Amino acid sequence: MAGHSNYVPQSAGAKWLESRLPVISLVRGSFVDFPTPKNLNYWWTFGGILFFILISQIITGIVLVMHYTPSTTAAFDSVEHIMRDVNFGWMLRYLHANGASMFFIAVYIHMFRGMYYGSYKAPREISWILGVIIFLIMMGTGFMGYVLPWGQMSFWGATVITNLFSAIPLVGDAIRTWLWGGFAVDNPTLNRFFSLHYLLPFMIFGVVILHVWAFHTTGNNNPTGVQPKTKQDTVPFHPYYTIKDLFAIIMFMILFAWFVFYVPNYMGHPDNYIEANPLVTPAHIVPEWYFLPFYAILRAVPDKLGGVVAMFGAIAILFVLPWLDTSKVRSGTYRPLFKQFFWIFALVCVALGYLGAMPAEGTYVILARICTVYYFAHFLIILPMLGFFEKPRPLPASISEAVLKGGSGKPAGAAAASETK
Amino acid sequence: MKEDATLAHNTDAEEPNRRDFLYIATGAMGVVGAGALVWPFIDQMNPDASALALASIEVDVSAVEEGQSITVKWRGKPVFIRNRTAVEVEEAQAVPLADLKDPIARNANLPADAEATDVNRGVEGKENWLVQVGICTHLGCVPIGDEGDFGGWFCPCHGSHYDTAGRIRKGPAPENLLIPPLEFVSDSTIKIG
Repeated sequence: MAGHSNYVPQSAGAKWLESRLPVISLVRGSFVDFPTPKNLNYWWTFGGILFFILISQIITGIVLVMHYTPSTTAAFDSVEHIMRDVNFGWMLRYLHANGASMFFIAVYIHMFRGMYYGSYKAPREISWILGVIIFLIMMGTGFMGYVLPWGQMSFWGATVITNLFSAIPLVGDAIRTWLWGGFAVDNPTLNRFFSLHYLLPFMIFGVVILHVWAFHTTGNNNPTGVQPKTKQDTVPFHPYYTIKDLFAIIMFMILFAWFVFYVPNYMGHPDNYIEANPLVTPAHIVPEWYFLPFYAILRAVPDKLGGVVAMFGAIAILFVLPWLDTSKVRSGTYRPLFKQFFWIFALVCVALGYLGAMPAEGTYVILARICTVYYFAHFLIILPMLGFFEKPRPLPASISEAVLKGGSGKPAGAAAASETK
Repeated sequence: MKEDATLAHNTDAEEPNRRDFLYIATGAMGVVGAGALVWPFIDQMNPDASALALASIEVDVSAVEEGQSITVKWRGKPVFIRNRTAVEVEEAQAVPLADLKDPIARNANLPADAEATDVNRGVEGKENWLVQVGICTHLGCVPIGDEGDFGGWFCPCHGSHYDTAGRIRKGPAPENLLIPPLEFVSDSTIKIG
């Protein structure tokens, strides 16, 4: 990371610091001078958007904790207290609750971008795997955060998800009791979820650093999938991508603000404004929208253990994606068949999300089964086979050539910019 | 000459030598020590003394008429107590064992391999009473009474149907509703737990 820095300390203070802790050149090398492919499109801004949301969630979360009480007798009331009494409490809570949804919108776009442009392929497997780990921790954090208001959906969501572990043969019941700290979801469960919900975002932050470190070591992927070859293929991160990312973040903030200020409960469930009641399950329980595709897979399998295995398998399969895709060509732009299967896959994922929200009966179950089979077939059959059958279109010789549509590539502005400094 | 001999002595040492033994012994002690230290941090999450103390309750069921149910809380879980009608008992008794998805009684008062006949699900001599933990054996939701295809309970979460003896008949749940440890301490009082 620091290796890309052109920084030479000038002042006496900077020289003193740099010779003891080279933090200035580390930041310069990573986020100022860092050579970035000059053809990154707006799908690449979602990394920056995600970083912004992570920080936003941590800040709103820290201040919400100043008013929240993690106890089954007080949690629900303390959330209402935040909504009605605390200065700007309604806004802070809506920012945090909708921020979780925004986080998942952005992360799903970011993941599909990686899938389309083959960002998981060598040499970026570790970046991809770290990304999947971040996704897993995010899911855990989102789930536990949803339990904290102690509404009906909180309680029954926690009950259903923790019961998934009871499907494990032999030790399942012991694990479930251990997770609960009792014989049902109760005060000990709420307290430990609160503790972990506060911890996990900082773990995400740590893994994000590793994620960035990994793809700064290999260099960014780009829409052509061709590695930068000369200086003409890259521009310094600042000001080119700091400004582009900032613009995208502001656009995203507009969407975020629209949800927070106009439809703050659109992505929530009215049942969660009823205090948790361990004796009554709401008639129609569904998880938050971002878990729906996986929930549909869980319900598609008519066997308890099988459903749980399929659901966790649907996430676990992402870890080995770099080795399932046999094509040497990274970018979907140059893969005519892959491109079509990619969009079918995206459609299947959306369909699974829809089916997860529908009752588990009749045609919905059959459609969920078809989509579940297709989801796994995409990874286990289509991607491995495509590498052998597909004839990719010719790749451009360089990023510059692709950008200039066959020109020899001396883009005056960009090249000059990367050489100054 | 003398140097050569020392070298030869070191390289020819038997495998495993004293140093290997020390490494393994130190490592093993370290693992045991770390395990002993980690255990309290894991075990603190298990049910504490106050959760274990809520072990049994006594319920007066004298006001529960035929065809009525009540739900009581035991160990934080709902327990359904139903005074079944004669028709419900007959229906449950008429079901052949081969039709059951889970052929085991799941009755904590009987041996673990008892068959799921209606008699084994109920209380001897008080066949009209059915006492069961009101938690779906699929993923833990509370089923709704007098619902479903078999006139018993229906779980709204993932569509499991239970019959009038609380036995799973259709849907993803793997087991019959659990019967907790119970006894009639008098004609109208049930002790659960």
